[in-house]
Amino acid sequence: MNNLIEFISQPWPWYVAGPIIAIIMFILLWFGKSFGISANLRTMCAMAGGGKSCDFFAFDWKSQVWNLVFAAGLILGGFIAHTYLMPSYDVHISEATINELSQMGIDDPGKNIVPEQIFNWESLFTLKGFIFIIVGGFLIGFGTRYAGGCTSGHAISGLSDLQLPSLIAVIGFFIGGLAMTYFILPHLLAL
Amino acid sequence: MKFIKYLLVGTVFGITLAKAEVISWYRIYEMFRFQSFHMYGVIGSAVILGIIFVQLIKRRHMKSIDGNEITINPKNVSVPRYLIGGIIFGLGWAMTGACPGPMFILIGNGVTVIIAMLASAIVGTYVYGLLRNKLPH
Repeated sequence: MNNLIEFISQPWPWYVAGPIIAIIMFILLWFGKSFGISANLRTMCAMAGGGKSCDFFAFDWKSQVWNLVFAAGLILGGFIAHTYLMPSYDVHISEATINELSQMGIDDPGKNIVPEQIFNWESLFTLKGFIFIIVGGFLIGFGTRYAGGCTSGHAISGLSDLQLPSLIAVIGFFIGGLAMTYFILPHLLAL
Repeated sequence: MKFIKYLLVGTVFGITLAKAEVISWYRIYEMFRFQSFHMYGVIGSAVILGIIFVQLIKRRHMKSIDGNEITINPKNVSVPRYLIGGIIFGLGWAMTGACPGPMFILIGNGVTVIIAMLASAIVGTYVYGLLRNKLPH
């Protein structure tokens, strides 16, 4: 048992993670559901009474409870991995990435799951933290619903079904992501 | 009780994305800078196997556990909503290093400030709902 826990406590390579993601999509289809996490954001709006002020949120959110339970599982899975399966919090990014981010003012890139100097509660009340956390979160919530899905709904489920709209969405994800990384992020990190 | 299976599948997904470092801001930055194959390997292998699974489901007319044939609804074909919405999400993805799934997983990892990010994402979805009749789709 200890050997097993030691074995799965190593960082998982892409060829383990990718197939597990596909299997999870398959299992959800077999359960008669579809794999798409951003739908939960809409469900939460509906649960909070958003249907009273906007008909986009006037739907029977109880049919989506399974997805909220799935999201609760994500939190639980994150907790289990963090508590029991992480002998070190190092992220095994490339040397090039480490050097580049060091030069851009990030302390010890890859020594934690996120750059802690940006993603913490004190930082939330600074301009930089507000942009990364609040503006960033807003763009995710607005953009995923506008596009009708996120990485799970479009990049995994949609592309697996060879759907053209999902390919357009994924191209959009990359246009936005590359523009942010190459043109905007260097300025934001310098704040 | 019927929801337990979703909790279990979600837990496995959460552990997988945490252990493969997919929830790390650094991995997303590295991906958009093309400095590692890792993220492309994760998404690419998931899609290739996913295509095989979906083809099997369709060709064998597989049934779901409730006995109905599994159907996947095709999305409405258009360009603006997927492209513009996708770009807006992509900007946020590269900035925060997280998409909706990893946000939940990061909270479980103890990065509790992501709760504020999630709250802002819910507000973003609500604002989309208010504006959607005025936006090109």
